[in-house]
Amino acid sequence: MKNVLSLSGYLAVKEVWRNRGRFLLVALVIALITLLVLFIAALGEGLGNGNREYISKLDAQLIVFQAKSEQLISASRLDRSTLAAVRRVNGVADAGELGTATAKILLPGNPTPLKVSMLGVDPGHVGEPKVLQGSQLSTDNAKEAIIDRNTAIRSKLTVGDTLQIEVTQGTKDETYTLRIVGVTDGEQYTLAPSIFVPFFTWDQMRPKSEAEVNSSNPVPNVVLVKLIDPKTVESTRTVIQEQVNNVELYTLSETIQALPGYSAQQSTLNTQGAFTLFIGVLVIGGFFQIQILQKVAQIGVLKAIGTANPVVGAASVIQIIVVTIIGVAIGGILTFLFSLSFPPTIPIVFNGTKSAIAIIALLLIGPLGGLVSIRYAVRIEPLKALGLNS
Amino acid sequence: MITNSVTTYALETASVIKTYQSDSGTIHAVDDVSIQVKAGEFVALVGPSGSGKTTMLSILAALLQPTSGKVLLDGQDLAALNDQQRVSIRREKIGFTFQSNNMVPYLTALENVELMLRLNNRLDKTGHMRAQELLARLGLAERMHNLPGQMSGGQQQRVAIARALIHNPSLVLADEPTASLDTERAYQVVETFANLIHEQNRAGIMVTHDLRMVEFVDRVIQMQDGKLVKIYSTHEEIMDLAKGGRH
Repeated sequence: MKNVLSLSGYLAVKEVWRNRGRFLLVALVIALITLLVLFIAALGEGLGNGNREYISKLDAQLIVFQAKSEQLISASRLDRSTLAAVRRVNGVADAGELGTATAKILLPGNPTPLKVSMLGVDPGHVGEPKVLQGSQLSTDNAKEAIIDRNTAIRSKLTVGDTLQIEVTQGTKDETYTLRIVGVTDGEQYTLAPSIFVPFFTWDQMRPKSEAEVNSSNPVPNVVLVKLIDPKTVESTRTVIQEQVNNVELYTLSETIQALPGYSAQQSTLNTQGAFTLFIGVLVIGGFFQIQILQKVAQIGVLKAIGTANPVVGAASVIQIIVVTIIGVAIGGILTFLFSLSFPPTIPIVFNGTKSAIAIIALLLIGPLGGLVSIRYAVRIEPLKALGLNS
Repeated sequence: MITNSVTTYALETASVIKTYQSDSGTIHAVDDVSIQVKAGEFVALVGPSGSGKTTMLSILAALLQPTSGKVLLDGQDLAALNDQQRVSIRREKIGFTFQSNNMVPYLTALENVELMLRLNNRLDKTGHMRAQELLARLGLAERMHNLPGQMSGGQQQRVAIARALIHNPSLVLADEPTASLDTERAYQVVETFANLIHEQNRAGIMVTHDLRMVEFVDRVIQMQDGKLVKIYSTHEEIMDLAKGGRH
């Protein structure tokens, strides 16, 4: 076995090295496929992240929706008494209201405002993100805001600065001024950077219809629930369902899957990635098959002088693996270099696990694509290859 | 008929038959051929196209199983071996040169020769030195590190001869080794081959259609229609045959 590996390794590496131009060309094709696959994976992650980041980072297990709201946060309207009712349920550690809206931040010196998700949260309760810099929100109606990292990067605002928010209420565009008290990590929601404001401040500032302008009726979209024991999700869900009227509950992952367009977007990108890998298998398979067809006589000589089939087969496998590794490595480096040049507005996120899965898949497409050629190499008859069967 | 166990033949065949089925019936590619070759003897296998000499060579090379008969190499019957054993025999006991496509194109001349030692797990410092000496002896001292594509056909054939001999095989087989060479190079290659076979005491068999080349061999076996029709054993007979080939 040791001799088989050393011999096949010797033959494979010598051939690759002495024909490095040709093999480098294939490695570059693999590198381009790698670049494409990693970018599709990163784009999928970036878009997915942009949709779900805030929800997925919540320190909560359940989300309370208005019954029959089809798991749509924006379509759900809860009565204000819901919060108190949920908090009374046994097993609930904390609950917080969440109000969602979109708003525009007016940026000094920039005619284009920054569109953000404006989220109203209860200060000190679940839903308010932990700040990395500055302080948490103080009271329910303070004129304060926490901005997420994406808002900070794109607006160039920081703790202590004032923030001008423009929203449409009735038929007028109203401007509100808030003080930035903290900056939190990336907390995107519906593909937009976020700002977090106290719930009553949010209610005052949110876009309203003409009818709503004069009647203050704070309505949260959903209530976020943190459990004492996260293992009791199912039982607590049932209890809340029974004790609180007109609500339905979903876990964070259920809510994420139901985010508008999320599943369709992810499955589209996953399909694109899978097809790219499939095309990679065909390209690599085609190259190695042509190569084996060109080497029939040479393999015939090797077999005639006593090279065993396992050596011939292993040499082909090693060659394919070497070329694939070089291609994937070049592709990985290219991806990294390209990613440095992208602005923060492009939603590209390199997730370690997803990138690792993509790289493993890419490393497998070489041997997979080369299977046919390896089988062909092993089956070459030296007699026929050398023309001795005439 | 196989001789007794005290035989000194390196290679011995007894009533070897190879048949193929075709639409027109059974073809006897090799028909009842019995030959013996001693160590240190260089034999030419000649005959017109279709005479069965290439099929016979393939059987002797353990590349093809005879339909019946025995092929004894150092007393071991090649016809009774399985595929794996025949690969081992080819690696350990047989040396080859072919008409063309002889060399592994991505290995240098020296690496091609050493490949036989690698295959037999016998490449050490001594083997490396021997490969260099053998190539130098064949006039390739300056070409050792050249790839086959950088060498002429004659030089490639000489590298193939070195590769065929480096691992001390019992039997050396050459299939039309001069087919792609000009006359001068052809003579040089066969003469060198003959000298090395005699010096190293190997049994050598060369298949050729070029009768001029037989002047360097010890015996000529002529085949026709799959049968062994004549054996030329004396120097005069062989030289007459070679002379006939020149005209």
